[in-house]
Amino acid sequence: MTQDNLATELPNFPMTRTCPFSPPEQYAKLRESEPLSQAVLKVTGKPAWLVTTHEHVKTVLGDSRVSSNLKLPGYPHQFHIPEEMLREVRLMLLSMDPPEHTAQRRYLIPEFTARRMRALRPRIQEIVDARIDAMLAAGGPVDLVSALSLAVPSLVICELLGVPYEDHPQFEEWSALMMNHDISPEEYGAAVVGLDMYLDKLITAKETEPGDDLISRFIEKNREEPIADHTDIVTMARLMLVGGHETTANMISLGVLGLLEHPEQLDAIKADPDLLPGAVEELLRFFSISDSGTARVALADIEIDGTVIKAGEGILPLNNSANHDESVFPDADTLDIRREEARSHLAFGYGIHQCIGQNLARIELEIVYGTLFRRIPGLKLAVPMSELKFKDEALVYGVHELPVTW
Amino acid sequence: MRVSVDPDRCVSAGQCVMLAPDVFDQDEDGIVTLLQEEPPAELHAVVRQTASLCPVRLIQITE
Repeated sequence: MTQDNLATELPNFPMTRTCPFSPPEQYAKLRESEPLSQAVLKVTGKPAWLVTTHEHVKTVLGDSRVSSNLKLPGYPHQFHIPEEMLREVRLMLLSMDPPEHTAQRRYLIPEFTARRMRALRPRIQEIVDARIDAMLAAGGPVDLVSALSLAVPSLVICELLGVPYEDHPQFEEWSALMMNHDISPEEYGAAVVGLDMYLDKLITAKETEPGDDLISRFIEKNREEPIADHTDIVTMARLMLVGGHETTANMISLGVLGLLEHPEQLDAIKADPDLLPGAVEELLRFFSISDSGTARVALADIEIDGTVIKAGEGILPLNNSANHDESVFPDADTLDIRREEARSHLAFGYGIHQCIGQNLARIELEIVYGTLFRRIPGLKLAVPMSELKFKDEALVYGVHELPVTW
Repeated sequence: MRVSVDPDRCVSAGQCVMLAPDVFDQDEDGIVTLLQEEPPAELHAVVRQTASLCPVRLIQITE
């Protein structure tokens, strides 16, 4: 196939949603007829493989012959990144392959053990309660995104990393820009440089005066057994900071909206908080906000069910499609907080790169949904659902504003 | 049921510890450790679930 006729023969990616609560309609057709198919990336005009079934997404993400290295030719970029910038860019955990990935992940995983996550519960509860106190004091209507959704994960990740929360308006703006498909290369570059300069200063300070936080402990371990230079640590901190709040924030808003739109299921949770952990899994599955966040490039020819992905070709395993695969999740487009198999979702990815913060996210979501509807049982949308604007242009799906009242 | 794990491949997703804390734990480095090689029958279903959820399939079960 030549570059010239790609555009006419292949569908474009990303595909458009027709309903804010459902994946693009083409996904179901692709799962049925062509679970491994090619598409053209709107941003770069280059082809990439779309992987749409639950089984195939797991197969691809579990295969050591695929790489996350975004510098390799063929990597399916979803942003305009100028060549010269790409040459200079530092790989972060998410874009590293073993053995560098293994070394860096091993420095970070003690920070995210189940024991540490459980120990964070009371502090997260305090943060959530304080934000809800402020909402109640202000009185409705409020925009839930700024009042609660962004504030909670942002406060939590700042405390974990040792980043001063008072600087949050600036790094939240950079973070939102970095998640947007539609910005210019200059805007994207400026956001990365801005955040990196901020973190560079912060990390330089921690190198001489360490605190009781993740970044300081990383610096300490790295001093004993170096795997990263100063710039690598800045890049690691950027990933943790951006990854730690943008994703959870969008899940908080969408989850609240999903429950408000399914009042009988919300009532069940209010009556029985034991349903909350299952509801969190189902909401993660249902919204699958990081649909194409697990881009890969093939390192060798890989045959899957008779289809050959050639070495050097880009691959997009789509978790929003996998998580709506009827063969694993019957009646997949229906939100059902009692769904037994919900936890089999791939919303946190799969394989060696599966989200390191997934259990922190689960705890935050459980505490937020549980506390919000217990303390404000009359919470409701302050505008008609049709007026909400969804982040169709973003790498992480969400809603821009969520006006609520009670 | 007999359970075994391959800690060398662990990526500390932690789903096994969250779901079956009586069977799996994590050491100080965050790496999976096995608390019971032969869990009682009432835990079999949840142990099977952890094996299917492990993102690097390092939990092996023989029944």
